[in-house]
Amino acid sequence: MLFYGTELSSRLMLGTAQYPSPEILADAVRAAQAGVVTVSLRRESVGSRAGQAFWSLIRGLGVPVLPNTAGCHTVKEAVTTAHMAREVFETDWIKLEVIGESDTLQPDMFALVEAARILSEDGFKVFPYMTEDLVGAERLLRAGCQVLMPWGAPIGSGKGLNNVFGLRALRAHFPDVPLVVDAGIGLPSHAAQAMELGYDAVLINTAVAQAGDPARMATAFRLAVEAGLIARTADPMEQRDMAVPSTPVLGRAVLA
Amino acid sequence: MRILVNEEPRDIATATLAGLLDELGYGDARVATAVNGAFVPASRRGSLTLDEGARVEILAPMQGG
Repeated sequence: MLFYGTELSSRLMLGTAQYPSPEILADAVRAAQAGVVTVSLRRESVGSRAGQAFWSLIRGLGVPVLPNTAGCHTVKEAVTTAHMAREVFETDWIKLEVIGESDTLQPDMFALVEAARILSEDGFKVFPYMTEDLVGAERLLRAGCQVLMPWGAPIGSGKGLNNVFGLRALRAHFPDVPLVVDAGIGLPSHAAQAMELGYDAVLINTAVAQAGDPARMATAFRLAVEAGLIARTADPMEQRDMAVPSTPVLGRAVLA
Repeated sequence: MRILVNEEPRDIATATLAGLLDELGYGDARVATAVNGAFVPASRRGSLTLDEGARVEILAPMQGG
């Protein structure tokens, strides 16, 4: 599966925020064998070199970066942030976030489509953070997106896949579009479930960063994503409502 | 001239955005700039003159999800 023409080294995308220390972040990225790491832009006070140190650390890890527009609530903010990110991180990849509601951090699908259109026309390769809305997905593809990133649950909630039906419908409607579950995943089992549904990758941050042992949890996610991907390609059995004995009935003794 | 840098008031001697970054000591730091809400590429910082009350944003790489 190609993401804008690029084959990722792994299907696990990892956020870089909220780790206890830069060293633990680096350990987690290595343990995850992440195919992509997400990054952001923030104000840096005069004299502080925190941003420069962070950038050195990320570059040292040798993993492709996907800058985000986190915190943007309008098309203008998101588009301007994307341009700033393109210059700083030297990539035309952008994880486009346009937040519409503060409690759930739910994407504003209307503004998202508009921003995606503007950025796609300007040469950006847009990874839109979206709800699992089927019509919205269609509009985003028409706006120029070649990857879709529906949420599993609200950012940082750890609730897993809230709407499996909706995610499955997206997969079925767009069999050839790279799909990534972004946000809401709390456990490796959630990540495995996303991959079993046929998703092409998952993006995790809080579940690894806020674990007691982030590097160990990153390993667990790496294995879960791999297990889910292999399971998907192994063609899983269909669910049934009634039991079907797995041990042969023929030849059973009559002992009653 | 008084301007706002990342929403903090500052009195500056220089007239250009490139001059401002020098004056504030950013040197060769990897930052992106915007003036009055519009992105200003690095290649245009030298020619972009700041007006009284200009709102300058200077952003750097940071952790993100």
